[in-house]
Amino acid sequence: MAALKEVKLKIAAVKKTKQITKAMNMVAASRLRGAQVRMEGFRPYAAKFEEVLGSLSQKAGDQANPLLVPRDEIKHSHIIVITSDRGLCGGFNANIIKRADSLAKERMAKGRKVSFSSFGKRGLDWMRREKLDVVSRNNGIVGSSFGFSVAANAGRKMVSAFLSHEYDEVIVVYSEFVSMAKQVPMSKQLLPIPPIAKQDQAADEDAPYQAEHICEPTPAALLGELLPKNVDVQIHRALLETSTSEHAARMLAMDNATKACKDMIGNLTLAYNKARQAAITAELMDIVGGAEALKG
Amino acid sequence: MAENIKLEIVTPEKAVVSEEAQIVMAPGTLGEFGVLSGHTPFMTSLKIGAVRYVDKEGRERFVFVSGGFAEALPDRVTILAESAERRRDIDVGRAKAAMQRAEDRLRKEKDENIDFTRARAALARATYRIRLAEMPRI
Repeated sequence: MAALKEVKLKIAAVKKTKQITKAMNMVAASRLRGAQVRMEGFRPYAAKFEEVLGSLSQKAGDQANPLLVPRDEIKHSHIIVITSDRGLCGGFNANIIKRADSLAKERMAKGRKVSFSSFGKRGLDWMRREKLDVVSRNNGIVGSSFGFSVAANAGRKMVSAFLSHEYDEVIVVYSEFVSMAKQVPMSKQLLPIPPIAKQDQAADEDAPYQAEHICEPTPAALLGELLPKNVDVQIHRALLETSTSEHAARMLAMDNATKACKDMIGNLTLAYNKARQAAITAELMDIVGGAEALKG
Repeated sequence: MAENIKLEIVTPEKAVVSEEAQIVMAPGTLGEFGVLSGHTPFMTSLKIGAVRYVDKEGRERFVFVSGGFAEALPDRVTILAESAERRRDIDVGRAKAAMQRAEDRLRKEKDENIDFTRARAALARATYRIRLAEMPRI
């Protein structure tokens, strides 16, 4: 009889877990929608920004901007790691951290100094565990609705540290949102800014006459203003991508958990019914046995 | 009547304005400029200030921009700004608080360069927002 009660309690417990995972799944789904809307909202700005940057860098030509020039000797690398604040989202954070870890190890092996900035608690926990050099920590941003100023502040710090030769390169590690079922950890070099893709020539052929832009003040000066902003835009994009990925990953993880709960409840119910049946049979045997004995 | 020109003001958060305008005037770093349909390709950075445009019904509209970039093409004007609000969306209370903060900081931190420029920019933003929001409507 004890076994029977235990199984019953277990079923009740798993049912409650299922309710929670189901609720978390639904919360993640609604947050995901919000994150996707924000990503949609950012897209026109990013697209236009890239277009302007591409056409300007073509025009500014060889007048190199210090943000574009790679350093001959890289002594100090800075890595921005963007993870989520909360767990229960499958291998999401572990994958990002693995990526950051291999990047950092690679650089440390070459004798470079590596420092870190964290967005999200999970990445920070990892840095603390590994006793890494953490310069700035920003919790409570990823996964919420943050403004552009977050990225703008971070970007400004990175640019000034790069220009003062404190950092020789800045890399961001984040999770790219490919689809609902696929989020890929990515790393991207922020500074020095990698060569900007020139606007494709094919587009120019379609429109044979396109007058040159008049630029105020000069193309080089405009580029000088745009490039630091480009760092902000990249950080903002990485934050948005990671937020969306986090919710998608959690949704999937919770969906799997709910399914696993359902399976478990099925198995346990089966076990419970079998045990109950066995108990009834045993009792019946007792009664029948007793009756037979009295008759005799 | 002349042809209209498409005006788009986009920020990282959303597209603030996307509509036809008869004329667009914006505060360029080298001076205010106006754009009509058929303008030659033109690109400039913007100061903190107000973009003014006349919509297709002939009403004058104002949008605050916190600097950024403008690109004019014969058929459209695109403005990229870190933040932008239509006049009716300006939060005056917030702007006044920001102005107060900036003024305090300017009084205190005269020696620190970075904070000084930032505070000055914040002050300019707040001042323009308030001025625009409190401008009498015609």
